[in-house]
Amino acid sequence: MHKTTDSKLSLAHILVAYVALTIGGICGMLQGMVRGGVIELPLGIGYYQVLTAHGVLMALVFTTFFIIGFLYAGMVRTTGPLIPTVNKIAWVGFLMMTVGTVLGVIMVLLNKATVLYTFYAPMKASPWFYVALVLIVVGSWCALVAIVSQFRYWKRTHKGKMSPLFAFMAASTMILWFIATLGVAATVLLQFIPWSFGWVDTINVMISRTLFWYFGHPLVYFWLLPTYMVWYVILPKIIGGKIFSDSMARLAFILFLIFSIPVGLHHQLMEPGISPTWKYIQVVLTFLVVVPSLMTAFAMFATFESFGRSKGAKGLFGWIRKLPYGDVRFLAPFVGMLLFIPAGAGGIINASNQMNAVVHNTLWVTGHFHLTVATTVALTFFGVTYWLVPHLTGRKFTKKLNRMGIWVTITWAIGMVIMSGAMHIVGLFGAPRRTAYTTYNDHPVALEWLTYERVMAISGTILFIAIILLVISLIMMVRAPKGDEEFPIGEVSEAAGTTPAVLDKWWIWIIILAVLIVFAYTMPFIDLLNSGPGSKGWVTW
Amino acid sequence: MHIHRLEKIWIIIGTAMLVVFLVAIGIGAFAMGNHPPGHTSAIKLDPEKVYETPPFDNPGLEKIGENEYNAYIVAYIYGYNPGNIEIPVGATVHFYVTSADVVHGFNIPGTIVNMMAVPGEVNEMTYTFDEPAEYLLLCNEYCGIGHEYMATTITVKG
Amino acid sequence: MDARRDQMESKQTYNGNKQEHGQDEPLKGTFASVLMLGAFIAVSWIGVFLLFLYRS
Repeated sequence: MHKTTDSKLSLAHILVAYVALTIGGICGMLQGMVRGGVIELPLGIGYYQVLTAHGVLMALVFTTFFIIGFLYAGMVRTTGPLIPTVNKIAWVGFLMMTVGTVLGVIMVLLNKATVLYTFYAPMKASPWFYVALVLIVVGSWCALVAIVSQFRYWKRTHKGKMSPLFAFMAASTMILWFIATLGVAATVLLQFIPWSFGWVDTINVMISRTLFWYFGHPLVYFWLLPTYMVWYVILPKIIGGKIFSDSMARLAFILFLIFSIPVGLHHQLMEPGISPTWKYIQVVLTFLVVVPSLMTAFAMFATFESFGRSKGAKGLFGWIRKLPYGDVRFLAPFVGMLLFIPAGAGGIINASNQMNAVVHNTLWVTGHFHLTVATTVALTFFGVTYWLVPHLTGRKFTKKLNRMGIWVTITWAIGMVIMSGAMHIVGLFGAPRRTAYTTYNDHPVALEWLTYERVMAISGTILFIAIILLVISLIMMVRAPKGDEEFPIGEVSEAAGTTPAVLDKWWIWIIILAVLIVFAYTMPFIDLLNSGPGSKGWVTW
Repeated sequence: MHIHRLEKIWIIIGTAMLVVFLVAIGIGAFAMGNHPPGHTSAIKLDPEKVYETPPFDNPGLEKIGENEYNAYIVAYIYGYNPGNIEIPVGATVHFYVTSADVVHGFNIPGTIVNMMAVPGEVNEMTYTFDEPAEYLLLCNEYCGIGHEYMATTITVKG
Repeated sequence: MDARRDQMESKQTYNGNKQEHGQDEPLKGTFASVLMLGAFIAVSWIGVFLLFLYRS
């Protein structure tokens, strides 16, 4: 596989992703050390500036760029080279997102946008920060158009056939992303930009929060669905097994599309102005989106067990020993899968209506998302990187690279388990998230937290070591011997049965989703429109 | 569509467990008064005029019963008005909270009092303080450069 | 090209259910594993629920 403009496209995205991860990782380590009372930041750098950079670079830039680069590569693999218009739109999108990213980072570095990655009103950043966000989001919509166009091109040229599973999932992911980003685009374009440029005096804070979290929950499924794609479609090929069920995998993705969006209120359970009834209704919908993850858990274990038994494993758990733990392409996603067990369990707790009061805005929440996105999703993406970059650059995934990858996986997992574990515990003791070093005047409650915060500092440093190993790996990848590295795509097991055509017909599901969004959000939105005169802007940093 | 027998059973078990959770929190919220803080409050404020708008024109404790109080508290950068609140043990306090500027948190670690103070809105939460202690009341929503200093105390005497 | 090979996979005409419903492949280990996952979710949820009640 030699470098084509398609592979350059994916590589460009992956490069930006890892630059973001590295800078974001430095920020993370510094935060941990400040919070643990180990250092003070030099040169007048603010803790909250670093925190804003960390959140934006990790949760928005690393993820979005890696996902889109990965999806393009998989589309090429399963549907053929990108048609010329698609390739062009994709590059336009990349440029917009990159310009937006650079602009946003500059604003943060200039201390004009120390508002954290959730940029809650009425804290008012420089209008150019919001412009940067628009560029990133609209750039990503180019990726939506590109991927859906490529998908539709394949459908037109293979009339009557079921789409390749990867392509179906990629298109689902981008459609979910588009519908989700309508919320954040609405609040940024219609509220933040006019307000920060001074064209209007006030902003309706609750509406802006509600629009953000309409986006903020499906955002995590934008991260999770590509992760699940690796598990469903790629891992079976890597281990030498088969995809457990094509139809159940598609059904799971459709359920994610429908149920991951009309649920944003579960991030606003402790807020005023929203009735308990509608909070609870969206909690019920949230619990429904747990179901496709339960299906995925079954499918994963089933894939492994079928494979193990096909290799002669006996007994209830003999198949566990047959898995290729020495192959980072399997090991990293697998460790991500295992850690999704506590991650997902924590998520269900967080969404449980009044129970959220126990954990809201504490470090428990930080522990939760370091397990979900920063371990499950990140480790899966790292595992993919070890074969994807060789594949795209026409080089080999060597044994040395594999060993580096195993070290990265182990180091990362140890760092995250310790750090996230400490965060969950100290969060239950009430330690707030998004807060610099403090003991609240040596209050006894706060002094209890110090040991855990020191543990967080140490484990944050362990994680940074893993990032160094990862960067070294990336350098090794582009210097590895030339060769053909496969993009593994699994085959479906014969036992899986036929896939009903209705699972490939999106219009039905998008209409159901639209109905659910209207149902779940109309009344809360109307309640919030009826508000006071709104808030002027504040620059509190 | 072929679904493995054991997968069907698992989905049923998993969904049933989720339903049990939903019923438990549903009963707690709607039958036993443990709903999350805030409802569609009738009071919508102009944050610029918060200290001119009842009940926040008189922030502090208002005794409404034998050992029952309304607490009208305004969060601001970087403290609470009033701060250093004192109440007798066993007091039931109805907290009414708003913000004079940006969004703040209102959290008493060790209790389930944990809610957002949003400018222009009033949030509410009721809590009975059965144990004498000095509680920390802190802001757990990033509000600016002094965020990590934003806290006060609630002393329960008895 | 890889893509053309995979078009074979996209032809979902597996009406060859080699097993009937009564003879699903053995997945007892899977079932045990997901039950353990369910138990983890249940125990952690109940734990925080009790903590919520205790702090109420």
